[in-house]
Amino acid sequence: MKWESMSDFFAMGGYGLYVWGSYLVAMLCIIGEIVLIRIRKRTLYKHLGLRRKSILRGEK
Amino acid sequence: MKPRHKKITVIALSVSALAIAVVLVLNAFQSNLVFFFSPSQVAAKEAPIGKNFRIGGLVEEGSLRREGDGTTMKFAITDTAEVIRVVYTGILPDLFKEGKGVVAQGKIADDGIFYADEVLAKHDENYMPPEAASALEQAAKAQKTSLTQ
Amino acid sequence: MTINWFKYASPASFYFLAGRMIPYFSIAAIIFLIVGLYIAFFSAPTDFQQGEAYRIIFVHVPAAWMSMFLYLVMAFWAGIGLAFTTRLSSMVASAIAPTGAMFAFLALWTGAWWGKPMWGTWWVWDARLTSELILFFLYIGFMSLQAAIDDPRRADKAGAVIALVGVVNVPIIYFSVQWWNTLHQGASVSLVQSPKMATAMLSGMLIMALAAWMYSIVTILIRTRLIILERERHTAWVSELKEGVLE
Repeated sequence: MKWESMSDFFAMGGYGLYVWGSYLVAMLCIIGEIVLIRIRKRTLYKHLGLRRKSILRGEK
Repeated sequence: MKPRHKKITVIALSVSALAIAVVLVLNAFQSNLVFFFSPSQVAAKEAPIGKNFRIGGLVEEGSLRREGDGTTMKFAITDTAEVIRVVYTGILPDLFKEGKGVVAQGKIADDGIFYADEVLAKHDENYMPPEAASALEQAAKAQKTSLTQ
Repeated sequence: MTINWFKYASPASFYFLAGRMIPYFSIAAIIFLIVGLYIAFFSAPTDFQQGEAYRIIFVHVPAAWMSMFLYLVMAFWAGIGLAFTTRLSSMVASAIAPTGAMFAFLALWTGAWWGKPMWGTWWVWDARLTSELILFFLYIGFMSLQAAIDDPRRADKAGAVIALVGVVNVPIIYFSVQWWNTLHQGASVSLVQSPKMATAMLSGMLIMALAAWMYSIVTILIRTRLIILERERHTAWVSELKEGVLE
């Protein structure tokens, strides 16, 4: 293992703020996009008056 | 306001906001197409003397001196053809090193010295572990000594 | 066996095809992400000049590549939609924009957080950074223009014009570091020369790029399906779908 300890891992050689600042925002962006898609889907389904979500998957 | 008019207002506002943003950015783009001048260009008087501009090149090996106050630095920027001496007070980026890339912003004074108010490090596109880097350095040194012999 | 590819050019067929493909691409995205992150943080070595700060590359470069590539794909489909008035292609173009904008934003954000510790600044107006910012604005412009126009057919046309005009920006981003003096360094990986990265680092970056590809395909397919339903809600096949006849 290249990291001596957990704190060593989080410190990122002194650049922890920048490395984790980048990855955290990347994660938030991805989660945010997925949440937005979910909201759009739910609103649309409600608007279309769909009873069962599985119907829309189009699976046989 | 009718919904139709409201819609048109919203479209007009957002389009003009976007247009302003694009104009500002394109303006910045044009004035920074020459992001920095090389020491040779400065020597050839191509850089805007008397105005703020940026010089880019390598920090000359062995040129870095720290003044008594500890925050004022003197060094030279070179493109291996010409050398410009630089004075800078402030914090240097972590990657600032002799022999490495640098971009300094400031003005050239009458004494020919470049007084910088911002110094940025410009690194190259090579990524490798330290062992590989030192092996490459050793190889380069060995080649140099064999050439001079 | 012959496959009738044109069958899938109709929104209805594409709707079902996309629905069947989404789970596979989702699984691939998760696998690539896990492997990529493992390499990024545990198997890739420390960099000789940038220390651990270079690990931002594993999200920065895939995001930047994706933002440029998705723009080209978006403009392509928007252009096809404009030229041949094919409904589905315009819908795909609209579905791509938010994901592309997200990746352009990420490229800018992670770039700032990488630039601060390494270069000594969050932002400079050099050609590379500025042209990537313009790319982000183009995505935003495309989306807000489409959102502002009620009639989908007219929205498609207006969006296609922005998308096609903006294509010129993509090669500017890519070649900016060669054409002009920039603070941003040149490309570490390109098609014409051997990569300037150690293998472990390079493999991590490429696998993260694959994860970004798979993720983009998933979000674009889901969004295309939603747009198809939105726009085709008055057609017979959606009614049948709602009644469960197609089940």
